Amino acid sequence: MRVTFTVNGREQQADDVWEGESLLYVLRERMGLPGSKNACEQGECGSCTVRLDGVPVCACLVAAGQAEGREVVTVEGLAGDGLSAVQQAFVDAGAVQCGFCTPGLLVAADDLLERCPWPMSPSDADIREGLSGNLCRCTGYEKILDAVRLAAARRGEGA
Amino acid sequence: MSDVTRIPTSLTQGSQTAGGIGESKLRPDGTLKVTGEFAYSSDLWHEDMVWGHTLRSPYAHAEIVAVDTSAALAQAGVYAVLTYDDLPAAQKNYGLEIADTPALAAGRVRHHGEPVALVAADHPETARRAAAKIRIEWRELPLVTDEESALAPGAPVLHPDRADGHARHVPHPNIVHRQPVVRGDAAAAARRADHIVTGEYEFGMQDQAFLGPESGLAVPAEDGGVDLYVATQWLHADRRQIAPVLGLPEEKVRMTLSGVGGAFGGREDLSMQIHACLLALRTGKPVKMVYDRFESFFGHVHRHPARIRYEHGVTAEGRITHARCRIVLDGGAYASSTPAVVGNAASLSMGPYVVEDVEIEAVGLYTNNPPCGAMRGFGAVQACFAYEAQMDRLAAAVGMDPVAFRQLNAMSQGSRLPTGQQVDSPAPVAEILRRVQARPLPPERQWESAGGAADVRALPGGLSNTTHGEGVVRGVGYAVGIKNVGFSEGFDDFSTARVRLEAVGGEPVVTVHTAAAEVGQGGITVQAQIARTELGVARVVIAPADTRVGSAGSTSASRQTYMTGGAVRNACAAVREQVLALGRRKLGTYHPAWATAELLLEGGKVVTDGGEVLAALADVLDGEPAVDVELPFRHRPTEPFDIETGQGFGHVQYSFAAHRAVVEVDTELGLVKVVELACAQDVGKALNPLSVVGQIQGGTTQGLGVAVMEEIVVDPATGRVRNPSFTDYLIPTILDTPAIPVDVLELADPHAPYGLRGVGEASTLSATPAVLAAIRQATGLALTKAPVRPEHLTGT
Ligand code: FES
Ligand code: FES
Repeated sequence: MRVTFTVNGREQQADDVWEGESLLYVLRERMGLPGSKNACEQGECGSCTVRLDGVPVCACLVAAGQAEGREVVTVEGLAGDGLSAVQQAFVDAGAVQCGFCTPGLLVAADDLLERCPWPMSPSDADIREGLSGNLCRCTGYEKILDAVRLAAARRGEGA
Repeated sequence: MSDVTRIPTSLTQGSQTAGGIGESKLRPDGTLKVTGEFAYSSDLWHEDMVWGHTLRSPYAHAEIVAVDTSAALAQAGVYAVLTYDDLPAAQKNYGLEIADTPALAAGRVRHHGEPVALVAADHPETARRAAAKIRIEWRELPLVTDEESALAPGAPVLHPDRADGHARHVPHPNIVHRQPVVRGDAAAAARRADHIVTGEYEFGMQDQAFLGPESGLAVPAEDGGVDLYVATQWLHADRRQIAPVLGLPEEKVRMTLSGVGGAFGGREDLSMQIHACLLALRTGKPVKMVYDRFESFFGHVHRHPARIRYEHGVTAEGRITHARCRIVLDGGAYASSTPAVVGNAASLSMGPYVVEDVEIEAVGLYTNNPPCGAMRGFGAVQACFAYEAQMDRLAAAVGMDPVAFRQLNAMSQGSRLPTGQQVDSPAPVAEILRRVQARPLPPERQWESAGGAADVRALPGGLSNTTHGEGVVRGVGYAVGIKNVGFSEGFDDFSTARVRLEAVGGEPVVTVHTAAAEVGQGGITVQAQIARTELGVARVVIAPADTRVGSAGSTSASRQTYMTGGAVRNACAAVREQVLALGRRKLGTYHPAWATAELLLEGGKVVTDGGEVLAALADVLDGEPAVDVELPFRHRPTEPFDIETGQGFGHVQYSFAAHRAVVEVDTELGLVKVVELACAQDVGKALNPLSVVGQIQGGTTQGLGVAVMEEIVVDPATGRVRNPSFTDYLIPTILDTPAIPVDVLELADPHAPYGLRGVGEASTLSATPAVLAAIRQATGLALTKAPVRPEHLTGT
């Protein structure tokens, strides 16, 4: 089948998609957007988190056909001219080690900060709750917390 | 390879260059990783590529009576189906230490999930469906699942044709390796003991659970060879094992590291490397293989589960008199690195304590359980879990504070290990314990928010809202551990670096080329920092790791900064000498200081040690070919442990970490909340403090995981893995992981480059026993098994 949807603001199409293919597979293998990662393909790790019509979902659990005509934002769509605040904060805080969890965490953190408009800042418990669907095996999460706090704080500076 | 050894400290430049060692320089690949552009091994793509898939055994021990691949081959879109009979070379096995692992099952499988056949097809789903059509007739064989069944009279011998010659040293062929350590007179010392404390402990099978799945791309080459792009920990060791099975000379197997999504030891053994190459050579097409999480649990070796028995004696004053211990490690179906794990467990089994009189035995078994091998902490983890439980029991027996007891018996510089080896660098065991103990405790009833209401997120059970604080008790526990750094027991451990200095567009640029695997730990960051420090050049390019340069050894054993860092420093020093010689030749006539002064490279310039600038580096290099040096680095030699007594200078360096765990336990439901897990670790010299802290926190979290949740469960009746998914094998989430404050000490090791100590593993050791100790303190239960499960706490 053919699937058409908007990815990061651009309409994209994939042909010969098999009914069982996930949105994740289509993004990664057919649209050349491997930023969303494939760590479990069972909805357990959050590495494949994308936003579908604004809502964070595990792309591995979404059948490609379900995305038809909808709007998808992946990690590749977070940066504007430069890195987004949350991307820059992950780099600066040392929250990236192997980085495999990072794209999913960034999409989740971006959504968390959006739901918590400045000048409010998410509490540590809010951050933990908001990111609890994203596994990271390398960092011990401390620096991920630092990164989200930093990104939240920088919004105030207009950075 | 020439025999270059350590470089004396005096060869290190005195200068401080921006972006050099000691700074928290940011990772060079950070931007690519946050934009999604960084290419991990599962992201690789090639026009015309096909997908490889592995068919794995549903049985733990069975004979393959007949195989029929015709239906699979007949499926549209399938390019190849391979079984044992298709292996092209006489060499059909591989293995890190002992080549006992068949590339594809040879008429018999020895564990659940063993690879039996391979399929290449145009779509991953086509490959999976074709694999399901392969018909195999099995005959189940009796299982060997534990020490009793492995060593029972008449037990099936899993590797009757074992060729490494070690078999004559072990009492039973199902023992992979045995290492006794005997020192002093334990029996005599036991008579001086006022209390004897014994304990039996069990440590579950932990999984590395790196997030990036095993994956890679094999591209067949015109010359009959193959180019393999893969996530691994050691390119050259992979190639050494791959090439003979493909029937190719090593130079025809060219390997390039692709993005690695974590490793933790789990990529030290081969997974899909040989399989992808076989399929690529057979089909003539690039072959991509990516395991899903289910397959990943079968695709790599795990941490050895262990059964451990200790006996310690102690005087009324709290001095340990002697110890006896026996550590049984289940190595599973194939050897992997079991012999080295056994050596580590045995030699480090007394922990960082002075125990003069010991009788130790560690053995590693062959069973039909999943193969076990390297994982962060490597044999030292299991021992630490048990000896630290013993320390608490001993302290209780003499009525001492557990930390004071440990400090009283702690080793220090000059102490001897049970192997007789003297610790010849700082060993701040008492000090790191003092540091974690001195830290203020997190507030009692930390779940209470300002109004006195409970924030369930901070309680055991969390958002499942199982308690509002009633029945919740707190405990505090301590542990400390000792880990060796680098490869031990006489292994010729080296790393190679190639460093090139040239002028590009009027600016000096350094290129560092090594085969060292960056697995997320930050190795490339510190390599660049070292080059900046040594050559005083801001622009450093790290070339991709591949087999066009000499081996760097493995990114494991906390050795890569030590070894490849040492190699980069070594090569830079040689480059510096050549550049200065060049400068003397070219410009030496202009200034007498060229001949007379001590010269340094700083800020892109040649300067005297008095700070006088003699020339810009770019001018020295202008019009000259690049200065290019490749050199290996070796650490000081070690020696094998004596096979009967375990004596010998076996380890290069030690690394020490201590933890204090604060836990809260809901005693009604047996749920644990770890509130804080503070760590203090000596790193000798923090080349990159930010990365060092990140490593310590990551290691701590893996230790926390095995304390309260992580375990691969094998059904003893069938040998099958029951929980190969992230639904059932749980690793800590951000909600399970507490604050991890870290205290970094820098007591230089005089034998190591820059005085550094390998960082990666030590924190993994002591986190687990600290959490267990805290839970014991909270509940009063003995708790001898990790992970602790709710039923252990509620007695149900
Ligand atoms: S890959 Fe989708 S949640 Fe893990
Ligand atoms: S940085 Fe490796 S999994 Fe998070």
